[in-house]
Amino acid sequence: MAVEMRKLLTVITEASIERQLIKDFQQWGVTGYTITDARGKGSRGVRDAGWDVSANIRIEIVCNDALAHQVADNMRKKYYDNYAMITYIADVEVMRSEKF
Amino acid sequence: MDPVVLFFILGLAAGLAKAEIRLPGAIYEFLSAVLLLTIGLKGGVELAKQDVLTLAPQVLLVILMGVALPFVAYPVLRAIGRFSRADSASIAAHYGSVSVATYAVAVAYLFSHDIVYEEYMAVFMVVLEMPAIVVGVMIAKGISKQTQWGALCHEVFLGKSIVLLVGGLFVGWIAGPEGMQPLKPFFFDLFKGVLALFLLEMGLIAASQVASLKRYGVFLIAFGILMPLFSSVVGALLGLWMGLSLGGIVIMATMAASASYIAVPAAMRISIPEANPTLSLAASLGVTFPFNVIIGISLYHQLAEFLLSRGAS
Repeated sequence: MAVEMRKLLTVITEASIERQLIKDFQQWGVTGYTITDARGKGSRGVRDAGWDVSANIRIEIVCNDALAHQVADNMRKKYYDNYAMITYIADVEVMRSEKF
Repeated sequence: MDPVVLFFILGLAAGLAKAEIRLPGAIYEFLSAVLLLTIGLKGGVELAKQDVLTLAPQVLLVILMGVALPFVAYPVLRAIGRFSRADSASIAAHYGSVSVATYAVAVAYLFSHDIVYEEYMAVFMVVLEMPAIVVGVMIAKGISKQTQWGALCHEVFLGKSIVLLVGGLFVGWIAGPEGMQPLKPFFFDLFKGVLALFLLEMGLIAASQVASLKRYGVFLIAFGILMPLFSSVVGALLGLWMGLSLGGIVIMATMAASASYIAVPAAMRISIPEANPTLSLAASLGVTFPFNVIIGISLYHQLAEFLLSRGAS
């Protein structure tokens, strides 16, 4: 089976902006994503998901290189100043590349 | 002391000692949903017994109080606390809004002291949630086109607390006292047990605010105690003027004194993102909530008795 390279864009951020982010993704052309609850510690303190406001989410998006960088850049502009947010991009191999 | 308060203190102590206890997230969600529904249902059943339109003037007064309180808090935070405009506006919004958990503790307090109150006051809590948020956003941003009022309204009106409170009110109102009988064991009889567990978790959460309190210091602690004391007097006087019973005045004072920690933080995160959420939560959750639960409510009880005795003489 043919294997192709795609990018995995991972975003770790506050659960409180989940709905907004999903709307943005649609506008930016993201066709699929996976969201999981997350916990951890960073420059904005311990985010232990104790209850709503301290909850974190991890969003994973598999897409092509250009879109991954475009989305990461848009998020930097829109959210980095005021929200706890980490993004990183990794290479991944995918099958059924037409899906991404 | 009421056992539910002892549960809160247990949580607080366990949290401060960094004990390994924690209710699973889903259980916390469930408990808070049951509490919200119960308070809504109680209010609805009471509403079914009376003419809803007669409440309109009282509702209006309560909304005015919600608008006024942030305007008192803001200059204090700005001038004495030296917080930024955004931070001051956000904290002020927290203090103009209400905490359902504090209301629930006041209800439990009145119950164990055999004091009746106007149970329809759950309606007031619903209307008190929003005004302070709007005022906070306007103080921070002016009436700016940037604010996504649509998203904000969605966050508040379709947020957990309003939907379940209003939902409970409607169910209770439509079903009426007799219709609710079969559900009584689950919602009403278990109320204190649910509240006790919920407060245990709240104690743990409140304890986790200590680190931020240490960082931001004395002013926040003083504000977190003095602001509710001031607001409680405003609320109690308003309740007295509205002709509420002793229990009703205690609840009004408690609602005024309480600071939101669920609906408002979420709304502020979206509409005033530059405000630091740690500050407002440290104050409302780390100071004001414990203060109200452990000491405040019994103070407001004494305040209400004092006001009523003066009114009577």
